Amino acid sequence: MNPTNYLYVSALLFTIGAIGVVVRRNAIVVFMCIELMLNAANLSFVTFARMNGNLDGQVVAFFTMVVAACEVVVGLAIIVTIYRSRRSASVDDASLLRR
Amino acid sequence: MLVNNGLVYLIALPLFGSALLLLAGRRADRWGHLFATAMSAMSFVLGAVQFYEMLGRDAENRAVTQKLFTWISVGSFNVDAGLLLDQLSICFVLLITGVGTLIHIYSIAYMDHDKDRRRFFAYLNLFIAAMLLLVMGDSYLNLYVGWEGVGLASYLLIGFWNQKPAYATASKKAFIANRVGDMGLSFAIMIAFATMGTVSFIGVKEAAEGSSQGALTAIGLMLLLAATGKSAQFPLQAWLGDAMAGPTPVSALIHAATMVTAGVYLITRSNFIFDAAPTAQLLVVIVGAITLLFGAIIGTAKDDIKKALAASTMSQIGYMVLATGLGPVGYAFAIMHLLTHGFFKAGMFLGAGSVMHGTGDEVNMRKFGGIRHFMPVTFATFGLGYLAILGVPPFAGFYSKDKIIETAFYSGGIKGILIGSIALFGAALTAFYMTRVMILTFAGTPRYDINNPPHESSFLMLLPMGILAIGSVTSGFLLARGEALVHWLEPLFHAHEGHGPEILPPVVISLMALTVVIIGATFAWFKYGRGPVADTAPTNVSIFTRIARRDLLQDDFNESVFMRPGQALTRLIVKTDDVVVDGTVRGVAAATLGSGAALRTSQTGFVRSYAALIVIGAIALIAAIWAVTL
Repeated sequence: MNPTNYLYVSALLFTIGAIGVVVRRNAIVVFMCIELMLNAANLSFVTFARMNGNLDGQVVAFFTMVVAACEVVVGLAIIVTIYRSRRSASVDDASLLRR
Repeated sequence: MLVNNGLVYLIALPLFGSALLLLAGRRADRWGHLFATAMSAMSFVLGAVQFYEMLGRDAENRAVTQKLFTWISVGSFNVDAGLLLDQLSICFVLLITGVGTLIHIYSIAYMDHDKDRRRFFAYLNLFIAAMLLLVMGDSYLNLYVGWEGVGLASYLLIGFWNQKPAYATASKKAFIANRVGDMGLSFAIMIAFATMGTVSFIGVKEAAEGSSQGALTAIGLMLLLAATGKSAQFPLQAWLGDAMAGPTPVSALIHAATMVTAGVYLITRSNFIFDAAPTAQLLVVIVGAITLLFGAIIGTAKDDIKKALAASTMSQIGYMVLATGLGPVGYAFAIMHLLTHGFFKAGMFLGAGSVMHGTGDEVNMRKFGGIRHFMPVTFATFGLGYLAILGVPPFAGFYSKDKIIETAFYSGGIKGILIGSIALFGAALTAFYMTRVMILTFAGTPRYDINNPPHESSFLMLLPMGILAIGSVTSGFLLARGEALVHWLEPLFHAHEGHGPEILPPVVISLMALTVVIIGATFAWFKYGRGPVADTAPTNVSIFTRIARRDLLQDDFNESVFMRPGQALTRLIVKTDDVVVDGTVRGVAAATLGSGAALRTSQTGFVRSYAALIVIGAIALIAAIWAVTL
């Protein structure tokens, strides 16, 4: 199977994730869209590793998973805290830094 | 030259007194005045001892020196803080400490009611110390320290009652006018250093013989500028009248007897420069002649007794400066007139202070009249001073002033006749205004509430007046007898050169002087002595009287020529500073602030817009890379 198809899928996933981050207000959804973009990147790494016949890309993919796991831990904690204090998970409501 | 290590105590004692009184504060209120008087008196005793020792040595070895410490040592330029006491200095030392002590005693009573009497005495002691340093410094730089010191003391004492704004302004005026003169002295020192490499009196004297005419003339002119500032000579004379704002003992000590004569000392001390620079010397004569008339004319129009005496001081110092400009023969007579003037003018100022004290601080002579009945002792001492300043034989002024007029006539040619006539005319004016002062104050009918007559002052005030009156009677005779002072000062000057042709015998000149004095006095008697005097100054007077009352427009001239353009320049500079310098700085700040405010609006705080910007940025970046690589 032509590896280029995997790259198309990866690009599609990334675009969906990016659009989701920009247009959605719910912090949980934005968060999941970020995960989607990370995994799109992972897919590209793995595809390139396969195309070049070495393991570098696969190793980076594991690193990305670790970073993503950490990010989930911190990010979810923040979202839960914001929700508790403001009774809302909308990212537009949390725009206090401009003042 | 002999070394004497006791000289410094002359200065140190009053300086210590001043420091102690200022530092001890109110704790010294009860004994401060006595302590200061004691310091001044001890300084006088030390001076007298020095004088006695000096008499015991022969003429060549009379000068003594003391090196205090090395002050400046840069390369080949060395200045020691050193003292020099020679025949000239000792005259001043005795005058300063002698008259100074008498005025200390007088002030004890005069300032009795003033709660700041201690501070007053501290300043007086400071003045004595600075003035002694001025006349005892052995180089121009040491003289300069004393020169500034007396300026400071004068400023502090003129503005002693600085709660009155006019008095504070007067002290500032004196200080600023003096400052202009001080610039001259500092320039003179710089020129001397640049061309001769030394600033000590001995060094400059030796170097003067080989120096160029231009350098000597420049130094001479700058020294003359310094002298005009300190001695209230034309064109820097305007401050002296206002300086009468100070307490009367200050006027007597600083603005009559001692400080204002510092200019005469400076010119006399620098005789080796002026003798070698005829242009500067001629200008000295001109300045003296102008001031002599200037002061005398102002004196004829003043109703304020202190200001009339101040104008008289200005005029008498004009005589001294005139004499110093006449070359080697004139110096001794200038110093003689300075010493006799120190006695009679200080005595008259103290008399004026006594009158003020007795009449409740009234200074307007038109409010006096007939005071001789109430204050006989003051009248007697003032009257002796009056006879002395007129030059009536055998009083002091006769010996000193006649000699100056005589020397002026003998200085040769048209110049001699001209300045001799000016000096003679000045003597007539002196007789006129002093007689006017006498008549308005002591003669005639009282022009004040007769039920509340003036009272005679206390013994402490009368004693110094009496001693000074004795000095006004005898000092001239003592100094002139056998030309005592001339021979005393001879080693310092080339006095053997003698004067020009005697166009008239001395007796004739003396008779001429006496005649004009009698004419002046008679004229004053006709104008003021015959009928009653108005107790307010008449207003329907000629333009000349009005100009004389305005001090011959000296203040108007200074204001229009120097003050207003100066203020305009200051305003211009302030404006420039505001607009250009501050404008640039403020403009940079405003631009930063404005651009910051504009950029701030792009920070919305919405996470999604940041994310969108990141996406757009990334796309733009990729597009750019793609466009380049393609």
